[in-house]
Amino acid sequence: MSAAYLLRRLAAILIVLLIVSLTVFSITQILPGNAAVMILGEYATPAQLQALELKLGLDQPWYVQYWRWFSGMLSGDWGVSMRLSQPVAALIGEAFWRSAALALASLATVTLIAIPLGILAALKRGTIVDLVIGLFAYIGTAVPEFVTATLLLVFLAGPDRGFLPAGGFAPLSEGVGAALSHVVLPAATLSLILTAHIARQVRSEMSDVLSSDYIRAARLKGLSERSVVLRHALRNAMAPAVAVISLDIGYLLGGILVVEEVFAWPGLGRLIIYALQNRDLPVIQAATLVLAFAYALSNLVSDIVIAWLDPRVRYA
Amino acid sequence: MRDLLRHPTGLAGAVLLALIAVMTILGPLIAPYDPQQFHPLSRLQGPSAAYWLGTDQFGRDIFSRILNGARSTILFGLGATMAGVAAGGAIGLIAGAIGGAVDSLIMRLLDGLLAVPDLLFTLLIVTVLGGGSGHAMLAVAIAFMPGLARIARSTVLSVRTREFVLAAQARGESPAYVIACEIMPNTIAPIIVEATIRVSFAIMLGATLGFLGLGAQPPSTEWGLMIAEARQYMFRNPICVAAPGVAIALAALGFNLLGDALRDLTDPRGRR
Repeated sequence: MSAAYLLRRLAAILIVLLIVSLTVFSITQILPGNAAVMILGEYATPAQLQALELKLGLDQPWYVQYWRWFSGMLSGDWGVSMRLSQPVAALIGEAFWRSAALALASLATVTLIAIPLGILAALKRGTIVDLVIGLFAYIGTAVPEFVTATLLLVFLAGPDRGFLPAGGFAPLSEGVGAALSHVVLPAATLSLILTAHIARQVRSEMSDVLSSDYIRAARLKGLSERSVVLRHALRNAMAPAVAVISLDIGYLLGGILVVEEVFAWPGLGRLIIYALQNRDLPVIQAATLVLAFAYALSNLVSDIVIAWLDPRVRYA
Repeated sequence: MRDLLRHPTGLAGAVLLALIAVMTILGPLIAPYDPQQFHPLSRLQGPSAAYWLGTDQFGRDIFSRILNGARSTILFGLGATMAGVAAGGAIGLIAGAIGGAVDSLIMRLLDGLLAVPDLLFTLLIVTVLGGGSGHAMLAVAIAFMPGLARIARSTVLSVRTREFVLAAQARGESPAYVIACEIMPNTIAPIIVEATIRVSFAIMLGATLGFLGLGAQPPSTEWGLMIAEARQYMFRNPICVAAPGVAIALAALGFNLLGDALRDLTDPRGRR
């Protein structure tokens, strides 16, 4: 992987951000009621509105407004939330880390469960174990997050059998136990759909690899089954699995919106839904851009991991 | 078709979808009660002979509501997917067939749109258009467009240099003829496979929008909305939320299984 390749990928991410920012900006421009109306309320006099519009630059053409906003985003000036009267950058910064903690907890769970499940299914291909894992995988991908979340709440956090909190967030400063107990249900919800999907992909890659010639060769060489599976097969099946995981991060980021809303997890997803419900334009614009950036960056990271796992992959 | 029913996954999907189809077409006719009728004396009941799946917070029969809701939930999934396929397919076909600068411009735009998660994209559009199931359907279709356009384009590219296309061009056929009569028919199969699987995503997205209050509006019996309405009472009568949840999962599962089976059967390398 060359430096030129990395630079080109980073430039591509910038282009993606440019397109996303234009899209989001035009969407927010179509929204009825401009920022001045939103700040002053519907009883403001026309003179007051006009004065504020001048101050906010709303009388300028759209491309001037767009450029002022986008260059502000790049330089760290993300504006002020209309509803919460706080700087958007601070709001998003705080929410982002909570969402990242939730996303990482889910990804870790998924990786630890899905990959072994997929390998197991491939090794026991055609047996009852394979069938059960396959069924789980099919059912898991067919349940939307809000259903999983609601059902987990009913059965694990109800008032009479509630050994887990029904929602909210506890920082690590309140103790590891409290922080973990709050993360269990939302992370489990996010993990289910991804575990199902990734286990299926790993199984399919792994069965491909296990029936290949070099695995037969490794077996004929007299290597132990353990060594054949873990050192020879797994390594070759991992690169495609990582590719799938990175694509699934898109689902994860979408799922976070719903899961945070259901479990009252004060992260980016909940902030976005709040902003959408209240038409808080600066927050909607910045948060969407942050999510898109996180997704594009995670795709780049996964490509780097794939190249590291599979030496045949060369990016020029 | 016979191959499909012999395929275990395909058979399971077909059976589920047959069940769903019966609910969609006959649901309101076979429902034992009016889905909107209140039974104030039997609120939040568990399953019984009178109310097979119990009753909700107004004493409405959950089984009847599920039967009625099939129509809005399933038609939402089908409608949104078909609109997305039509728009995305057209864009992908044009990009792939024309190639060159137009193609790269369209693809860069689509890449940008793909960086926004489907649900967030849908929510943004619904915020602009306003809630309601029609707008939600349109939003899902727009959110699906970039992904479907990409798939259509890549199949077009794989077909474009095949002998029969070159032969048609050598015969002097017009570009429009080549696209419509040579390229398009050969891109249908992969698109149908993708569309079938997407219907299950569309159903899940539609239900999620209903759940968030941005899709179908009360008193609709859309399944996501049913869960949202019953959430306050879910600890007292879990079946209020469990029944519509299972219904959504079965519908999504049916399309998923069918789509997978179709992929196995149409893809010559398919084996899995």
